[in-house]
Amino acid sequence: MKSLLSAVALTAAALMSSTAVHAADVEVIHWWTSGGEQAAVSVFAREFDASGDKWVDTAIAGGENARSATLQRILGGDPPGAAQFNPGRQYEELIAGGQLLDLTALAEKEGWEKLIRPASISSACLVDGKWWCVPVNIHSWNWAWASTAAFKKAGVELPTSFDDFLAKAPKLKEAGIIPFAIGGESWQINGAFGVLQTSLLGLEKREKILKDKDLELAKAEMPAVFTKWREFKQWSDEGAANRNWNDTTNLVVTDQAGMQIMGDWARGEFGVAGKQPGVDYACLALPVDAPTVSTGGDIFLFPKQSDPAVEEAQLKLASQMISPRVQALFNNAKGSMPVRDDVDMSLADDCMKKGLEIIKNPANIAEDAGRWLSNDTTGQMNDLVAQFWSDDTMTVDAAVAKYVEILQNAD
Amino acid sequence: MSTNALPLSQPIVDGPRGAKPKRITPARIGVYAFLVLSALFFLLPLWVMIVTSLKGMPEIRLGHLFNWPAELTFDPWIKAWDTACTGRDCNGLKPGFWNSVKITLLSVPVSIVVAMINGYALSFWRYKGSELLFAVLIFGAFVPYQVVIYPLIIGLREVGLFATLPGIVVVHTIFGMPILTLLYRNFFASLPAELFKAGRVDGAGFWGIFFRIMLPMSVPITIVAVILQTTGIWNDFLFGTVFAGRENMPMTVQLNNIVTTTTGIREYNVNMAATILTAAVPLVVYFVSGKWFVRGIAAGAVKG
Amino acid sequence: MSQVAQGGGAAAVPASSAFPVRRRRKFNYQSVLGTLPMIITAIGVFVICIIFSVIWSFTNSKVFPNFNFVGLAQYQRLWTTDRWLISVQNVVIFGALSMVFGMVFGYLLAVFMDQRIKQEDLFRSIFLYPFAMSLVVTGLVWQWMFDPNLGIQAAVRQIGWTSFSLAPLVNKETALYGVVLGGLWNGVGVTMAIMLAGLRGVDAEIWKAAKVDGIPTWKTYLFIVLPMMRGAIATAFILQLTGVVRVFDIVIAMTQGGPGISTQVPAIYVIQHITDRANVGQGMAAATMMLLPVLLLIVVQGLLQWNAKRKQGRA
Repeated sequence: MKSLLSAVALTAAALMSSTAVHAADVEVIHWWTSGGEQAAVSVFAREFDASGDKWVDTAIAGGENARSATLQRILGGDPPGAAQFNPGRQYEELIAGGQLLDLTALAEKEGWEKLIRPASISSACLVDGKWWCVPVNIHSWNWAWASTAAFKKAGVELPTSFDDFLAKAPKLKEAGIIPFAIGGESWQINGAFGVLQTSLLGLEKREKILKDKDLELAKAEMPAVFTKWREFKQWSDEGAANRNWNDTTNLVVTDQAGMQIMGDWARGEFGVAGKQPGVDYACLALPVDAPTVSTGGDIFLFPKQSDPAVEEAQLKLASQMISPRVQALFNNAKGSMPVRDDVDMSLADDCMKKGLEIIKNPANIAEDAGRWLSNDTTGQMNDLVAQFWSDDTMTVDAAVAKYVEILQNAD
Repeated sequence: MSTNALPLSQPIVDGPRGAKPKRITPARIGVYAFLVLSALFFLLPLWVMIVTSLKGMPEIRLGHLFNWPAELTFDPWIKAWDTACTGRDCNGLKPGFWNSVKITLLSVPVSIVVAMINGYALSFWRYKGSELLFAVLIFGAFVPYQVVIYPLIIGLREVGLFATLPGIVVVHTIFGMPILTLLYRNFFASLPAELFKAGRVDGAGFWGIFFRIMLPMSVPITIVAVILQTTGIWNDFLFGTVFAGRENMPMTVQLNNIVTTTTGIREYNVNMAATILTAAVPLVVYFVSGKWFVRGIAAGAVKG
Repeated sequence: MSQVAQGGGAAAVPASSAFPVRRRRKFNYQSVLGTLPMIITAIGVFVICIIFSVIWSFTNSKVFPNFNFVGLAQYQRLWTTDRWLISVQNVVIFGALSMVFGMVFGYLLAVFMDQRIKQEDLFRSIFLYPFAMSLVVTGLVWQWMFDPNLGIQAAVRQIGWTSFSLAPLVNKETALYGVVLGGLWNGVGVTMAIMLAGLRGVDAEIWKAAKVDGIPTWKTYLFIVLPMMRGAIATAFILQLTGVVRVFDIVIAMTQGGPGISTQVPAIYVIQHITDRANVGQGMAAATMMLLPVLLLIVVQGLLQWNAKRKQGRA
């Protein structure tokens, strides 16, 4: 409450001072272009506009397009006022090069470090004791979506573990159902692979491998993951090769497929089709016996500006984005989890409530691997896992050897 | 192919010269069968796009790719043009339309004039190193655009043109130059040398011959260049996002915002309608000037 | 026949390549002035960019280019990366197939269009329209049409031909051929238009002479007219070649380089590393490797020309 008051106070102060000088335009680059996403980003924009400044919207679809545009604009000496990124290491050079606005004073004043939960979310923005960005939401990868009707048709119960699923897969197939729904994009394949890895190894070993680059452990543990992954492949369909993630989800929505491993944004597809969680479909937080939440999501960077009025407005925007009111409105619209606990999410559906429950315990947090691995390394892993998935002649040993090599060369 | 609407300044033999049609023969049937089958190959995707754009999403989810819509709807077209969200604004494709027109109208003439002079100089007024420059230019046509972007950003930043309308015109001129110069160079090279000599005898210099003789002669090839450039510039996305600046974002940015999404909902019917709408301008240019397109090249550009 | 061929040779412009040779004239500073934009572009953009690309390929540049040199490390990594090796192989196969089929199909279409057909404008527009369409969505349409459960295969099977199979994109062995087909659909119209124009540019006398000699039409097209269209062929060739070397969009739109990494091509490798993978050094190394064969081609072409000129001079 205290922080809420201080946020309001700060907002009011900023409002007064900025109207005293002049209202500033802040250009924001983001990639939220589809209908639901648009509603979410409008929350930020409306709030910002209402406080006297102006949100200048530059939407560029496709994360890589938008991020490239931001980086190129910074290089070109025409930086946007704020830019969406994913938590990771892509902006390390911007920090080192002094191209970002330092948010530390604001963050300390508002106590972000204490407010933001889980703590690992902060690590995306809190580098060497200084704040460089604002996390706005959490999207977890660690979910599986299962069609109730599909499993009923096959005459089996919903799966309780990956092994259980694999045991039931033949029954699904006999019933004319695609047991395992997956698409062809490498991020889909690698994302699901990562969830499998987390589930089989547990959080601790996963962190040792991906964060500490423990090569011996990788050599010992990864064969099992790759072997299991190949087992999953035989239960997918031949149309998987080029399918978009949402068309894949649609197979589960329409009960043509049994289960898909996909992040929590898949909920939106079920919602649009009018399906009820717990009735028409099940959302399984993974691993089923010890559910976790992975800390993917979105952050905003604030590239340095020459105009002090704009800088002031940038700080105001940062403060607004993390304020409880805006967090609630935004995340309810976006279908993601807020980065702080004191937020009203009573409108959330059962699946998200499940996630919000899990996130309360720090022991359940699977830190996003993007914090540990550069885009380059992640990209190489994507390539490897996609190659392994599509090429049955590639042996598990060969895949593990490549995996270890990538880890070894990781920067 | 009997009418000749274009004021060609050089006598070219007009029209096709294949076997003369003699009523219906097996050969004629073969010709049409080949053309119709090829046309079907080209049209099939367009058919899918059109029927998909006229269906509602529930019907699209059923599959039946090639079927005529069970329930015809024009909403996707209206939405694509008028109300689809492309970020915070939900005004469809239309806001970027005029930006694209602006960029295209400025970039097409500038890039063509520059290439025209290049081709002319490379054909009639070579100087030491001009051939090497041309080879470098052709080499440049093979470089993936993204490789050149960083130095170009720095360069334009230094001269203060980054993220401005003149900046994007310069960029389109640079990247259109290799192929256009090649086109004009081959065109001028195919003109009779007597034309040039006559100009010299009359005492005309570099610009005199260019404006009085070469420019009027190059109308047909210029139509070819206009069509190539209009298509290329109208459909450009990469340069538009980086170099045009926020105020001048072309329509393709909005098209991309409508059709591309990673984790959002995809509306395939709106995507199809938006694509056809965006292609409308180049398509009109094709339909209107298609005849000249072919005639233009025939006027000598690539005559071997 | 031989007479006709000779006549054709005389009628054709002597140029034997995309770079027709003209006599050099006296130096004219106006010419330099007029081509200033070209000089600036060639030197200021392409030469400098290429030099910098090569320099950066020896550095460990990440998000932005830097000058921390690491020797040949980027090249070592490049040539031990499966994805790059597959990319190189793919671009060769893709290039060979799409150029051969593009030229043949383009020429055939042009010849058939040249038969005094009705509705020539309509047919030409049909063959050209894909060129104007954004590949993002047309790629998706091809994906759908090649989808085993949704597209052509399913439709044909429904009619009754149940063993029919046409779903190249889902199989890593055949996906590249599906992309070639999509590429042809997109680009053949332009080749056709250039070829048709080349046909129309051939001297009418040639046709009369061929008729008098009693040469069948198809032979005239193949053995007499085709060799006379070197300019058209060269222009179409260069346009297609630049398209092949830089091929990017159509692959992204149709397969995203998949299944797995089976349809990756060099340009995607370069672009991904320069942008989202934030490894500019690696991307520049790949770009340098891409440009090497092109450079070789241009140098060989230049040498041949120089040699021909020298011979001419002696004679």
